[in-house]
Amino acid sequence: MIMSIGSLRVDLRLIADMVETGSRVLDVGCGDGTLLAWLGRHKDVDGRGIELSMAGVSAAVAQGLSVIQGDADTDLKDYPSGAFDTVILSQTLQATYEPKTVLNHMLRIGRRAIVSFPNFGHWRVRLSLALNGRMPVTDTLTYQWYDTPNIHFCTIHDFLALCDELGITVERAIALDGKGGVLPFDGDGPLANLFATQGLFVLSRAG
Amino acid sequence: MDSVTVAYQTYGTLNADRSNAILLCHALTGDQYVADPHPITGKPGWWNDLVGPGRLFDTDRYFLICSNVLGGCMGTTGPKEVNPATGKPWGQDFPIITIGDMVQVQARLVDHLGIDQMFAVIGGSMGGMQVLEWCASRPERVFAAIPIATAARHSAQNIAFNEVGRQAVIADPEWREGRYMDHGTKPRRGLAVARMAAHITYLSEPALHRKFGRNLQGDRDAFEYGFGAEFQVESYLRHQGSTFVDRFDANSYLYITRAMDYFDLAAEHGSLANAFKGTKTRFCVVSFSSDWLFPTVESRAVVHALNAVAANVSFVEIQSDKGHDAFLLDEPEFHATLSGFLEAAAVRRGLPPAGSKGETP
Repeated sequence: MIMSIGSLRVDLRLIADMVETGSRVLDVGCGDGTLLAWLGRHKDVDGRGIELSMAGVSAAVAQGLSVIQGDADTDLKDYPSGAFDTVILSQTLQATYEPKTVLNHMLRIGRRAIVSFPNFGHWRVRLSLALNGRMPVTDTLTYQWYDTPNIHFCTIHDFLALCDELGITVERAIALDGKGGVLPFDGDGPLANLFATQGLFVLSRAG
Repeated sequence: MDSVTVAYQTYGTLNADRSNAILLCHALTGDQYVADPHPITGKPGWWNDLVGPGRLFDTDRYFLICSNVLGGCMGTTGPKEVNPATGKPWGQDFPIITIGDMVQVQARLVDHLGIDQMFAVIGGSMGGMQVLEWCASRPERVFAAIPIATAARHSAQNIAFNEVGRQAVIADPEWREGRYMDHGTKPRRGLAVARMAAHITYLSEPALHRKFGRNLQGDRDAFEYGFGAEFQVESYLRHQGSTFVDRFDANSYLYITRAMDYFDLAAEHGSLANAFKGTKTRFCVVSFSSDWLFPTVESRAVVHALNAVAANVSFVEIQSDKGHDAFLLDEPEFHATLSGFLEAAAVRRGLPPAGSKGETP
């Protein structure tokens, strides 16, 4: 289970703290808009969201948020460059068809991007496959192989290599445990790749 | 045309700073009787349950306006009204009109009421086309917009359906080149067939199946093997056709369907995004999953164009099996979405919150 503080999940609170007051934010995969609502209330953010499920979108719109029904793969291409200060993709990258295109679009339409995803390099995941010979099902990766929406799993090191390939600057890297708490080692180091349940990254692109 | 008469209804009261007006735009065969019994059929208004104190369109807080469109047949200047130049009904001498013309007439009405900017412009189907036209041609006059089950251009398929309806009217000998009123008659059969065909496009197969299935008419348990109304769905459509003729003018039907066919915002503005460039209006776009007349892809095109100009837009496809007509029916998720969007927009506009009876806080 993931803890929450002041009605905001711990990992979302971490993201919220990175967002500047009064900035323009696009939350891709915003669910029912919990993070956007919090940012609007506490940080005077001009927020927009994209969400796949009708239930999520109607809950978000019903609380007055500007959210469209769509997904990262199909809907990011329409936004003009530089339309947002920050584009957030929380726990969604692994479910996109084209993670590279999605990351490129995020850094085209936003000055910076905040991305979090489950780390497939975590020791439990490695052990599960190595010892049991079965695809891992853990507290944070709860799906069976046949019904998972997560089609593009990566480890933290895989992700960093992709950022390097795409010329993306990693401004901050934070290693998180299963509850969304911050782990006391470098978010881009070997310990993170082995012991972090999730990785959280702030990205930008020079020029 | 030197002057135009506009028939309209209002509900609620315009506030002191004239900031609480909502313009409701009716669909092809709708009219200004949003929440009143229809003067001819006696049936409740088309959004009757949504209008009133404490309801979605809260008459304690908002000033609602709905006018019969240009070319209509419920009091606004249209082909059945008298042409001052001849003293006879306009008939086919009525000029061809566009959605833009309809909106221009609405704008004159809003001027007449002393309103600069409307809090919201809302409408479904052809009403949604008017909403989009308002936002493209007079963006500064629309604070919030809700285009529902609509499109920024009429599709080839929809033009085709409209043409079937028009040809049914024109093929009726009683149409008499559009001068039927001079002969004291009506192309009843042609207009009824047009309505029957159109009515199918407003529904969906699941909705028709649920309502009628293959059930036979009356208490029959066997076919009669003829061309009478064997199936319930046939007699339903015949009834829809014949009651429509009592309340709608055939020439109006020709002119208004034509106006829809001509509608194409992208062609008019170079691109759809151009039509909305620089807009400050807050948009809430809604479609319905089983609507095959104005399918979700049409709404998405509008949303993509609005995203391209970084407009403030919400969009939801409501899951419903009721087809295009869902926007007129009881769809709680749809109404919750509209309500949330309107409340948030009201706060932004500085209008008093729900339950405050329109007093300034």
